Amino acid sequence: MDMKKRGGQLEYHLMLAPGMIFLIIFSFIPMFGIIMAFEDYVPAKGVFGSEWVGFENFKYMLEIPDSMKILRNTLVIAVGKIILGTLVPIIFALLLNEIRLKWAKKSIQTIVYLPNFLSWAVLAAVFINIFDYHGPVNNFLQAFGHKPILFLGSNEWFRSIIVSTDVWKGFGYGAIVYLAALTGIDPGLYEASSMDGANRFKQLLHVTLPGILPTIMLITALNLGNILNAGFDQIFALYNPIVYETGDVIDTYVYRIGLIGQQYSFATAIGLLKSVVSCVLILSANELSKKLANMRIF
Amino acid sequence: MKPKTVSSQMAITWGRGLKISKRSKPLGSRIADICIWVTLLLVTALCVLPLLNMVSISFSDRVAAQANEVGLLPVNFNVGAYKVLLGDTQFWRSFMISVERVVLGTALNMLLTILMAYPLSKSKQQFRSRNIYMNLLIFAMLFSGGMIPTFLVVKSLGLLDTIWSLVLPGAVPIFNIILLMNFFKSIPSSLEEAAIMDGATKLKVLFKVYLPISLPALATISLFAIVGHWNDYFSGLLYINKAANYPLQTYIQQLNIDVTKITDVSQLKAVAEISNQTLNAAKIVVSTIPVLLIYPFLQKYFTSGLVIGSVKE
Repeated sequence: MDMKKRGGQLEYHLMLAPGMIFLIIFSFIPMFGIIMAFEDYVPAKGVFGSEWVGFENFKYMLEIPDSMKILRNTLVIAVGKIILGTLVPIIFALLLNEIRLKWAKKSIQTIVYLPNFLSWAVLAAVFINIFDYHGPVNNFLQAFGHKPILFLGSNEWFRSIIVSTDVWKGFGYGAIVYLAALTGIDPGLYEASSMDGANRFKQLLHVTLPGILPTIMLITALNLGNILNAGFDQIFALYNPIVYETGDVIDTYVYRIGLIGQQYSFATAIGLLKSVVSCVLILSANELSKKLANMRIF
Repeated sequence: MKPKTVSSQMAITWGRGLKISKRSKPLGSRIADICIWVTLLLVTALCVLPLLNMVSISFSDRVAAQANEVGLLPVNFNVGAYKVLLGDTQFWRSFMISVERVVLGTALNMLLTILMAYPLSKSKQQFRSRNIYMNLLIFAMLFSGGMIPTFLVVKSLGLLDTIWSLVLPGAVPIFNIILLMNFFKSIPSSLEEAAIMDGATKLKVLFKVYLPISLPALATISLFAIVGHWNDYFSGLLYINKAANYPLQTYIQQLNIDVTKITDVSQLKAVAEISNQTLNAAKIVVSTIPVLLIYPFLQKYFTSGLVIGSVKE
């Protein structure tokens, strides 16, 4: 029996080996690339041959005005997305929960879940068209006597468009978890409260909301881990130099400065700072959700 | 006692004990119903209208599309754009590259997910190094070297401009491994013990005992992997230099670039006017068809996917 157990151990290791090789190559080796953040990396000299500069890149980060700008943009967009991206799915789930017609409920769900599965490349094309200077939204505004607005070329509008289109894409899918929580509420509670004379609004406040509160807290805690993720795929597909002022976020900046501008070290330093902060946030979110809802992701 | 039984019966039929009968509904509640319906229908319309607009443009007359006359219905319905698209060799080349990527990427993802989830689903007593591996995986999930070091590794391996640059860097989907691991944990160990008694190896147990009863979980994970690979446009942009080798979504994203890379406002307006809108719209519509085809299956499974996504302790 002991022999058999030990044999099992080797088999387990062998099963994990292929995946671990990929992880080593594409996750752990790049982590050593972080050394570049403390160097003046020159591709010809390599990671180990380039000059060591210590915290120079980080000091430079504090000096240039771009840093404050991208940090502010990232936070404003991410916080906007977290707040609306939490509220809208909850409200939608509560409204949908009031509907008894099964086929109507099903049809609405089928439609609103769909955008979540479309790529930002496709949706960017859709929204560039919708928010075009001569597009449907502007036609609508003009019908009410407003001047047309170049939405995606306006620093006043860009962030709102980013936040709202992101909520548009994800709210239906985000509502699923609340709809699942709503079906878990004991029908007897509604029965009891209606016998006590509670109307629908009172039931919402005293039965429904408390019933899904643990789920709300869990999802909010998990979302907090995203506070430095403004959504690269979306912003990259929708932004343009006119709106760098309000729309340039950490990830898009790292891509442009690092890979296009080839300032590898500086971009890696920014990326590293973001990685560290995000890591701390996600770990705290995990701890928080463990405390709030006795649930955790890992 | 009897009325209570009846009403709890109603609660089951209606999902709630609210409605004893339609007639007894107060006016306020009926007004609320109307508001709820109106809001929901508006929201649903808001979801579908932008997409419908794109479909209408693709079926419209080119001149009408350029003049921004197309709303929700095609103007001068025709399939001209789709005819041109059929002969667009670059589009179909990119389409096939994406298909290849989905097949290779999903197969590799699933193989590695299955192989890694099984040993990790064992307890520390059963597999002594389990926690070391688990911690490495969680560390890799939380922390990354970032875009640039990863790019340099892919480059130094000579993978740039190959399909492997789109498939290998994301070969280990850690989150999915954790999902499947949790699913495996729920499988009674008596099944495995019986197979081991019959002389089966661990690998055989995994493929003959675990996989057949995990089909719904596997289906969920593979559908998400398919959609993820199909929809990703950024790896293509990052790792593929030759536009001829772009996967489809990168190709689609590049259609927008004329508009997005321009620094000058008047130029932006001008370019938007001369681009071939109907053809581009047709490309966009066709590029989403594969996702639409698997969407019904996705919808069947994704609720369960979310539920197994978190561990209740």
